[in-house]
Amino acid sequence: MKYSLGAIQYYWPKQTVEEFYQQAANSNADIIYLGETVCSKRRELREKDWLNVATELAKSGKQVVLSTMALLEAPSEVKILKKYCDNGDFLIEANDVGAIEICRANQVEFVCGQAINIYNSPAVKRMLGMGMQRWVTPVELGKEWLAELLGELESQNLRDKFEVEIQAYGNLPLAYSARCFTARSENKSKDDCQLCCIKYPQGRVTTSQEDKQLFVINGIQTMSGDCFNLINDLASMENIIDIIRISPQLENTFTIVDEFIDRVQKPCYQKLPANHSNGYWHQLAGFSTL
Amino acid sequence: MELLCPAGSLPAVKAALEHGADAIFIGMNDQTNARHFTGLNFNEKRILQAANLIKQQNKSLHIAINTFARPGQFQHWQRAVDTAMDIGANALIIADMAVLDYASEKYPNAEIHLSVQASATNKAAIDFYRNNFNVSRIVLPRVLSLPQVKQLSRQTDIELEVFAFGSLCIMAEGRCYLSSYLTGESPNTVGACSPAKFVDWKQTEQGLESRLNDVLIDRYQDNENAGYPTLCKGRFKVDNNTYHALEEPTSLNTIDLIPELAKANISAVKIEGRQRSPAYVAKVTQVWRQALDRFKQNPQQYYSDEQWNTELGALSEGSQTTLGAYHRSWQ
Repeated sequence: MKYSLGAIQYYWPKQTVEEFYQQAANSNADIIYLGETVCSKRRELREKDWLNVATELAKSGKQVVLSTMALLEAPSEVKILKKYCDNGDFLIEANDVGAIEICRANQVEFVCGQAINIYNSPAVKRMLGMGMQRWVTPVELGKEWLAELLGELESQNLRDKFEVEIQAYGNLPLAYSARCFTARSENKSKDDCQLCCIKYPQGRVTTSQEDKQLFVINGIQTMSGDCFNLINDLASMENIIDIIRISPQLENTFTIVDEFIDRVQKPCYQKLPANHSNGYWHQLAGFSTL
Repeated sequence: MELLCPAGSLPAVKAALEHGADAIFIGMNDQTNARHFTGLNFNEKRILQAANLIKQQNKSLHIAINTFARPGQFQHWQRAVDTAMDIGANALIIADMAVLDYASEKYPNAEIHLSVQASATNKAAIDFYRNNFNVSRIVLPRVLSLPQVKQLSRQTDIELEVFAFGSLCIMAEGRCYLSSYLTGESPNTVGACSPAKFVDWKQTEQGLESRLNDVLIDRYQDNENAGYPTLCKGRFKVDNNTYHALEEPTSLNTIDLIPELAKANISAVKIEGRQRSPAYVAKVTQVWRQALDRFKQNPQQYYSDEQWNTELGALSEGSQTTLGAYHRSWQ
């Protein structure tokens, strides 16, 4: 099993991001994804800053992957995407099929991100033909779905042509909109958002009127209210998952990586904390726990 | 601009034809259909009847096969494509790469439209579907503003279709898992958002409550219109502020934008609502036919009737309409 850090989903100040990656360089994560995937207005780090961080991490022996935007609307956003795809050094995580088309045309390999709708083996097969070397599974797919899908590829001798990665810790990205919900929560329009996401380094919790935690709003992204946590499910990942992804948290990210590594080696069961769930892995509603 | 109308039953097909649809989109009554609701849609016998009715009047038939195939069950999606081609569909509306791959390989001359569920929002994504799957029309997601639609139209010569009227999906379609997060079922996996079997209504001392899989979506006072608990349209709390944190119950209505859509070279305007009644289809089709005819006769002088907006408003969620993401201030 390998361990990865997904791209930071929230809008953090530059210094916080740089400190995070300094620690990441010395962490037990094997693979590090980085870059802005949610909103093109978040520019605490520019392209050259991200590339600098990437270069530093690569020197420390990490595999670095540049993550790209999930919702691309403006030509300016596609232009920046092209620059990343043309970087020449680092692998790209495509979170929109537009990025796949650019990589395919350039004949460079890519990681297919969790925001891309791949639900079955013929689709994986097409992706392999285009240069996919790793598949991060869509959030709503559970172990039975994945096992059956991968079994179909196994029987075609294709399973060893790519790696399978799953987000195993952190709030899940569930939806992307034209509307900015964080700006809306402050009665601001998206065009005049004043980059208010930076005030919410873990997003804004949204509850039902009965105070059940439902969602976390994070700019144009809606995330799960619960932290997805598969720490009790590592044994059932055997023969399905090759890479475990931890989504960066404001605190304790590297301890969490270590806990996962530890639990893979010494499996045991511990009750999940409040507001943690694992439903999707068990083909249940995402917010439920088994 | 083609007027493309929805139908979930034969009476709805007839209503659309009688009131001036240029084209009608329908789907099978199974999991291949992103509007898979009990009692709606077409079995193999009915879909042939629908196709014959539509062909007799020289109108165009589009068949939506726009969910994502499950492992081990791909033959259902293949069969849906084969059936659609057998009955002479003019276009297939597809979202899944596996289904796109099958249809474009087996039927190289088929006209394939990219479903909104595939959510192509930019030129590179359009190129992806055109270059790899022979797609000739893109149904644009409801997340783009009008300037963005125009910009996209200037960058590509592929046909573009937009949603013109009906329920407003506020997320990039096909990339929203809110429904499965609360219920285990989503448009991508079962063809329904916030499925009816999870819905519960209860009158309480605090008002009428709507729930989805036991989660309180909204609570209505006596003077408020209660709407279907689509989970993105509930009233939730952020800190201590209770409001429609994601979106109000409202419908998209772009009848005032017809000249702008024409300027953007839009090939077809689509009416949402395969789950709605034949009466709804009749009324919306009639109003939009009048509007498109008025625009065609005199594009410079186009205006919408107050009466049209009143009639459309009455058919809308929460009796409200919006320009949605087309109008930047909504975003």
